[in-house]
Amino acid sequence: MNRFVKKLGFYASVFVLVSPAVLVFLWMISLSLKNELDNTAFPPVFIPNPPTLKNYVDVFAQNNFGLYLWNSILVTGGAVLLGLLVGVPAGYGIARGKAHKFAILILVARMTPALSYLIPLFLLFQITGLVGTITALVITHLVITIPIIVWIMIGYFENVPMELEDASRIDGATTWQAFRYVALPLAKPGIVVGGILAFIFSWNNFIFSVVLGGKASRTLPSAVYNSLTFEQISWGPLAAAALLVTLPVLLVTVIAQRQIVAGLSAGGLKDG
Amino acid sequence: MTSTSLPASLANAAPPGAAAASQDFTPRYWLFSLPAVLVIAAVIVFPWLFTLYMSGQDWKIGGGAEFVGLGNFAALAKDQRFIESMGHTAYFTILAVVLPIVFGTAAALVFHREFPFRGLLRTIFVMPMMATPVAVALVWTMMFHPQLGVLNYLLSLVGIGPSAWVYDPNTVIPTLVMVEVWHWTPLVMLIVLGGLAGLPREPYESALIDGANDWHMFRHITLPLVWPFIMVAIVIRTIDALKAFDTIFVITQGGPGTASETLNIFLYLQAFQFYKIGYASAVVVIFFVIIIMLSLLLLYARQKSKWNA
Repeated sequence: MNRFVKKLGFYASVFVLVSPAVLVFLWMISLSLKNELDNTAFPPVFIPNPPTLKNYVDVFAQNNFGLYLWNSILVTGGAVLLGLLVGVPAGYGIARGKAHKFAILILVARMTPALSYLIPLFLLFQITGLVGTITALVITHLVITIPIIVWIMIGYFENVPMELEDASRIDGATTWQAFRYVALPLAKPGIVVGGILAFIFSWNNFIFSVVLGGKASRTLPSAVYNSLTFEQISWGPLAAAALLVTLPVLLVTVIAQRQIVAGLSAGGLKDG
Repeated sequence: MTSTSLPASLANAAPPGAAAASQDFTPRYWLFSLPAVLVIAAVIVFPWLFTLYMSGQDWKIGGGAEFVGLGNFAALAKDQRFIESMGHTAYFTILAVVLPIVFGTAAALVFHREFPFRGLLRTIFVMPMMATPVAVALVWTMMFHPQLGVLNYLLSLVGIGPSAWVYDPNTVIPTLVMVEVWHWTPLVMLIVLGGLAGLPREPYESALIDGANDWHMFRHITLPLVWPFIMVAIVIRTIDALKAFDTIFVITQGGPGTASETLNIFLYLQAFQFYKIGYASAVVVIFFVIIIMLSLLLLYARQKSKWNA
């Protein structure tokens, strides 16, 4: 009996833990599948009957959603690729060169509020005429992607045994070749993890696009936020848009759960 | 990658003196870091230095810049709105650190056990952390609606009267904290879960023989052993709570009035609403000092806690 009560209590606590997440996501889905009448009904209608895809159609038809999706893909894609290109060798250099001070700089960069980069960069982009361009956003998103990638790669390269590279160098490989053909393939899981986390945090970023994005270069989060202020608030399309914005990130989370957990415990953590 | 590597790498990077002692910077590895050094110098270090420079200027966009020394800081010290925003930040931060730490640790203890569908349920539990804050904030805004919101309806089901949520200066910060807790409890859970995974078995076996109950084992074995991990989570949560922006900005923009205007929101408004660049830069400098000092303090506490553990 006592064991039964304990077990029941345990499952109750699992239920309590998971339900806030379930509630919010299900409500999001529910709002996005209901017509406007049901969305503003009180008491609320929980199950869409009949479910309608009209909100999703509206999102694409009325809000230039396609353009903003493409902007997000360009900005995040660009910032992640450049971040990997620059960050992976840097992680190697720091790990092998034991450049701890540089590592601390990366950590401080990760702790600094994103807004504090924005004022100088905003002025800089104004002077150079880059405000409102995709290029400016890609450059700014490097503030997010590089620290995550470098930090994670340091951890991975520190775990690649030095002996293998030493052996290759005895066989006549240069430092570059030892990196390229020995260390890099072994650190591939780290590159995947770093890339995924950089993708998530860059995709989710809001503030950079609010300040630097123009009407045509906005990324999805700020575009959806703006649709809130410029139109009559209609919950259905807004919920549909919100769901579409966060869907890629949630899918990646589900697919790459294991890598993400590994990466976060390796110190990737979140950006600001 | 083992789950213990986070504290290990943080510990390595934490005390500059200790790390520098073992420094053996080999020049042939410089080149690997060079591109990153250049980019970081341009997009991270340059902004820092430029901000520091601007914090001494009276500079409005459209107007000219004039050197005022510490004038901006003196003005901030007298700015009631700034002082209040510090208070809001402190209130928000304390709640947004303590609650996720408590819930996250409890969640880690639950997910540490084996039970059916654990993997699936853990994925669901972790999803809020990854979800785009702006998208989720929009849904919360709809849920907070005083008349039509689902939250007040759910409250009415259990016999509680409606709450004004973010529309009342008294409840706005706790409500925003609720959203923050929803987002970031999973991160604490993951960090503590990593700590639990590395626990030795022996202490529990001997404690069982001694007739200890669950609470005793948690209090005297588990908690001291995972404490370093909890400290890491506290450091990260503190920094992130201080920096919280997206949710607050989307849901309240600092309102009603200025009731939820935190330091970060204040900073945004000064810089990009009023275009007071010098003034905002001074806020950034203060912000930066607060974050660095708190981080050092917490990392120091962590070093100490390791000795006690």
